[in-house]
Amino acid sequence: MSVRRLHSEQPESFAFSQENLDWAATQIAKYPEGRQASAILPLLWQAQKQGGGWLSEPAIRCVADMLDMPYMRALEVATFYSMFNLSPVGEYFVQLCGTTPCWLRGADDLKDVCRRQIGEPGDISEDGKLSWLEVECLGACVNAPMVQINDDFYEDLTADTFERLLEDLRHGRDVVTGPQNGRQASAPEGGPTVLKGDM
Amino acid sequence: MLRDEDRIFTNIYGFHGADLAAAKSRGDWDNTADLIRKGRDWVIEEVKSSGLRGRGGAGFPTGLKWSFMPKENDGRPHYLVVNADESEPGTCKDRDIMRHEPHKLLEGCLLAGFAMGAHACYIYVRGEFVREREALQRAVDEAYADGLLGKDAAGSGWAYDIYVHHGAGAYICGEETALIESLEGKKGMPRLKPPFPANVGLYGCPTTVNNVESIAVAPTICRRGASWFSGLGREGNTGTKLFCISGHVNRPSNVEEEMGIPLKELLEKHAGGVRGGWDNLLAVIPGGSSVPLLPKEICDTVLMDFDSLKDAQSGLGTAGVIVMDKSTDIVKAIARISHFYKHESCGQCTPCREGTGWMWRVMERLAAGRAQPREIDMLLQVTKQIEGHTICALGDAAAWPVQGLIRHFRPEIEARLAQSQTAEAAE
Repeated sequence: MSVRRLHSEQPESFAFSQENLDWAATQIAKYPEGRQASAILPLLWQAQKQGGGWLSEPAIRCVADMLDMPYMRALEVATFYSMFNLSPVGEYFVQLCGTTPCWLRGADDLKDVCRRQIGEPGDISEDGKLSWLEVECLGACVNAPMVQINDDFYEDLTADTFERLLEDLRHGRDVVTGPQNGRQASAPEGGPTVLKGDM
Repeated sequence: MLRDEDRIFTNIYGFHGADLAAAKSRGDWDNTADLIRKGRDWVIEEVKSSGLRGRGGAGFPTGLKWSFMPKENDGRPHYLVVNADESEPGTCKDRDIMRHEPHKLLEGCLLAGFAMGAHACYIYVRGEFVREREALQRAVDEAYADGLLGKDAAGSGWAYDIYVHHGAGAYICGEETALIESLEGKKGMPRLKPPFPANVGLYGCPTTVNNVESIAVAPTICRRGASWFSGLGREGNTGTKLFCISGHVNRPSNVEEEMGIPLKELLEKHAGGVRGGWDNLLAVIPGGSSVPLLPKEICDTVLMDFDSLKDAQSGLGTAGVIVMDKSTDIVKAIARISHFYKHESCGQCTPCREGTGWMWRVMERLAAGRAQPREIDMLLQVTKQIEGHTICALGDAAAWPVQGLIRHFRPEIEARLAQSQTAEAAE
């Protein structure tokens, strides 16, 4: 467990955009009548996106009202799930996997890069572009070490390629997602050992 | 080595398209209605006699699990819930199924749902898998557009809907009752059992929760026959399995292999061998972070299946194989796993909430050499007090890696403590 609290400075209010309201209706429709609370994770997630990468208290209340839930239930959910950022993050939010499979393949080197380029975990770089946190296993272990930046995975990193990646993002240059060493998904580097024929 | 003809996931690496046309060319959705017309009991019997055991870690027979669903509908809807909350450190196979073979999963959802009398299925994808969720949703949309899902799914006369849902970063939601809680819009805290989900699950209705891989292999089993699947591997450990090989190997990768493949062969054939050669191997965690590690002398001969690894006091788990060579600080490696469980404990049961943090702090001190030798036994005793004393298996999963470390590497820990004490005395 980790202690997670709401940010000390909160915006006055929160309202979904019309586009997000329409989208929310399609999500709520996935669940049986009266079970609209099921949509809380997708809705909080969308509220976080609209809110610039973090979830404010007014946003949590807004979602609770939409789903007819007591505020307390929504607050419990927002503080329980680690993907809800309860304080502001950089434009590019780096989640660095530090769990054993990534650690074995050099996650500590990537942490050093973050410290050099961004600062301590949770700090936002001066230009507002980058922030980072160490997170637990992101489920791309055969492509370790890896990070998630916003919605994308960047895999098979080295300190050098990661350093360049952060520079490129900071300057708005195009980047390649997925493996950074030219590998095809989870196939071994250099090509697969099976299924080499035309299947 | 498994022949390519016997591989179920022929596009696991995504060299070919994941779209419906490409999936159909690989044999997916081929006369699914014919399989459904054979009836509910036939599907369950086929999966039962194939010997398929759940691919999510516990290894419970899949067909048997399906048969626990009530035969008659008492007015409550039945639900199939697919556990795509893949978060076990070392495991990244369901991710490949969702992004490269989504139609195998969807067809499996239809067959499994039909077999348990369900008309609706929720697929719970871990929150971080944004792109995988999008790929899966694309496949669902394609399937609806092609009539494979909906009021008359695949022309079978069975109405079937699939909804893609997602989590938000909580390992515990991979536990089936925590997943159900989360899907209902609550914190992911496991429920007491009984009642079991097959009687009281999602929204209080009969529910079965299955892993992605277990569901995705079902269509091929039904199509090629139970005897084909059970002819691979050995009794009680049949079929093929996706292995994820990470850590200190030359070429980490995912690969589908026959159950019971020797660990050494798996690493050498498909992952380019251990970095620095087989003799440079220190230990392997064979089934995701929850199972105890194996030292090299066991790795030399052990087979990769449920029963062989159980006999070696470990487990197949999710088949996430984490390899560590001799350069590894093994105490630190396990301490990092302890940190993982401390972070992921939901906080509901005291032994786990307090124990995972306690174990992690002691493990950190052992790794740094700042502990008394007697604390090794104390730590071992605490792991036994956590194991089996919690609602769900996270407590066990946190205890086992530490037990495995002490079982096989006690001299290493003792030497480290002695060394730092000598250094202190010299100062």
